[in-house]
Amino acid sequence: MKRYTKEHEWVEIKGTEAYIGVTAFAAKELGDITFVEMQPEGTDLIIGDVLGTIESVKAASDVYSPISGTVAAINTDLEEEPGIINNSPEEKGWVCKLDNIDLVELDELMTKEQYDKYLKETSTPSKK
Amino acid sequence: MSDSENLKVTPLYDRHLALGAKMVPFAGWLMPVQYAEGIIAEHRHTRTLVSIFDIFHMGEFRVKGEDSAIALDKILARAVADQKPGTCRYNFMLNDKGAVIDDLIVYRIAENEFFIVVNAGTRDNDAARFRELLPENITFTDESDSTAKIDLQGPESADVLAALGLKKESLPLYYRWMNTAINGIPCLLSRTGYTGELGFEIYFPADKSESMWDLLLKQKNVKPAGLGARDTLRLEMGYPLYGHELNLNTTPVEAGFSEIIRLGEKRDFIGSDVLRNSQPKKRLVGIELDGRRAAREGTNVLVGGKPAGTVSSGAFSPSLEKAVAMAFISEEFKISDGMGLELATERFKVSGKIVPVPFYKNGTARTKI
Repeated sequence: MKRYTKEHEWVEIKGTEAYIGVTAFAAKELGDITFVEMQPEGTDLIIGDVLGTIESVKAASDVYSPISGTVAAINTDLEEEPGIINNSPEEKGWVCKLDNIDLVELDELMTKEQYDKYLKETSTPSKK
Repeated sequence: MSDSENLKVTPLYDRHLALGAKMVPFAGWLMPVQYAEGIIAEHRHTRTLVSIFDIFHMGEFRVKGEDSAIALDKILARAVADQKPGTCRYNFMLNDKGAVIDDLIVYRIAENEFFIVVNAGTRDNDAARFRELLPENITFTDESDSTAKIDLQGPESADVLAALGLKKESLPLYYRWMNTAINGIPCLLSRTGYTGELGFEIYFPADKSESMWDLLLKQKNVKPAGLGARDTLRLEMGYPLYGHELNLNTTPVEAGFSEIIRLGEKRDFIGSDVLRNSQPKKRLVGIELDGRRAAREGTNVLVGGKPAGTVSSGAFSPSLEKAVAMAFISEEFKISDGMGLELATERFKVSGKIVPVPFYKNGTARTKI
C-alpha cells in the first residue's frame, strides 16, 4: 500500500514498516540532489515532524514525516550517492523507514490516482 | 511563489522551454536556471566540452566622445585611460563611501569610444548614474535592449568558432575582443567569461538571437547551460557575484581587489578618498567544507567558537564533490589559509577550513589556443 502527501512525500507499507521518500515530481523539482540528512534511528516522530533535509545544488528543503512512528533505519546509500533520489525517487531513493506505525493515519493521505490528479490541478510548480 | 507577470523574457524564451528549461525569476527576468539534464551535468559539460548560456539580461552601454576616458577614469575604480583599444578590463563603479554600486567590464573600442557590460539587476541605476556623471559632450547610450549576449564557454569553445569559419589564430587573447561575423551575423567577440574555462562572450543584434543560438547549438559537443551551472562554475573559481560578494556594504578592497585598484597611484576616482583613508572592516575568504552539506548565504562563520563573519555564497561544488563557500570575516580575527572554522545555522553546524581561491585549479580560461 502506497500513499502520497501534498508536500510530495510518499509512504509505502511493507509488513510492519513504512518506507518513506520523495515523489518523482519532487525529485525533478529539486534538481540534482547533493546531500541528504535524516533524523537518526530511534527518533520518535509524529505526522508533520521534520524527518530530515534534502539539499540540491540550489537549495535545501525539509522532508516531513507523512505518518507517525519511530525511525527504524535510514538509507545510508544516500550519504555517498544522494543522486540516487533523482534516478530512482520512489524505489532505491527511499530516505528512511519507520516502525511503530498506525495504518489508520494513511486514510488522510492520497492514493496514486488522487496524487496524480492533485499534481495536474496545482498549476504552479511546487517550490519544494 | 513569485509574481511572474512583470518579469522580462529574452528572445530565446521559447527555445529554453523547448529544451526543457526550468525558468526562474532573476534580476527582473525569467531565466533558465537549468535544462533537462540538470545543473551538475551542465557544470561538468562546461568544464570538459563546451556550453552556451543565454545572457541577454545583462546590460550593455556605449560611451562616446572626446576625453571619454578621462571622464570614465573619475567614475570607475580601475584606470581606464591607460587601457588600450582592443582590450577588456574588469572594473567597479563605487559610491562616495567606496562601496560597490556595480562590477562591470569595460571594452575600449577606440580612443574615444567604450562599451560597458553591467549586471542585469543594476543596469537602470548604473545608466542613471553614468548619465548624471558624464559631461554633456559625451554621448551615453543604453544598448541593452537591442544587444543580445550568448556566452560560449568550455575547453572546446575555440573549436566551435573554428567550425563556424573563424580562424583560431585570429581569435582574441584573454581579455581582448574583436569585431567579426558568425555566419554573416556581425558581432563583438571577447575572450572573457564567468566559468574559468576557455571561452568567449558574443554580443550581437537582438533580432538575430534565435539564429545565433540555433547555429551554436548545432555545433559538435555544444549543449545549453543555465544560470544554476553559471553560479556553481563561478563559485568554484572564487569569482564574485554582485549582490553577494559585492554590494553597497562592501568595498572592492574588502572583496580582495586592492591590487588591481592600485590605490598607491595618484589617480582620484569616486570613493578613492575613503578607500585610501580607511581600514577594511572585513575580508573575503574561500572556505572548503568538510562534506557535501552546503552553507548558504547568511550562514554564520565561527572562528574559535566566536561569531566572526557571514557566508556570502555557498553551494555544493560539482568538481570538488564537496561544499564550498565564500564568506566575509571581520578584520579583528587573524585568519590564514588552512585555518579551521565552523559554519552554523540554527539547524546545523559544519566544519571547514580557509583555502585560497580558486577552489577549482584546472580552469582553461588562459589556455593558449
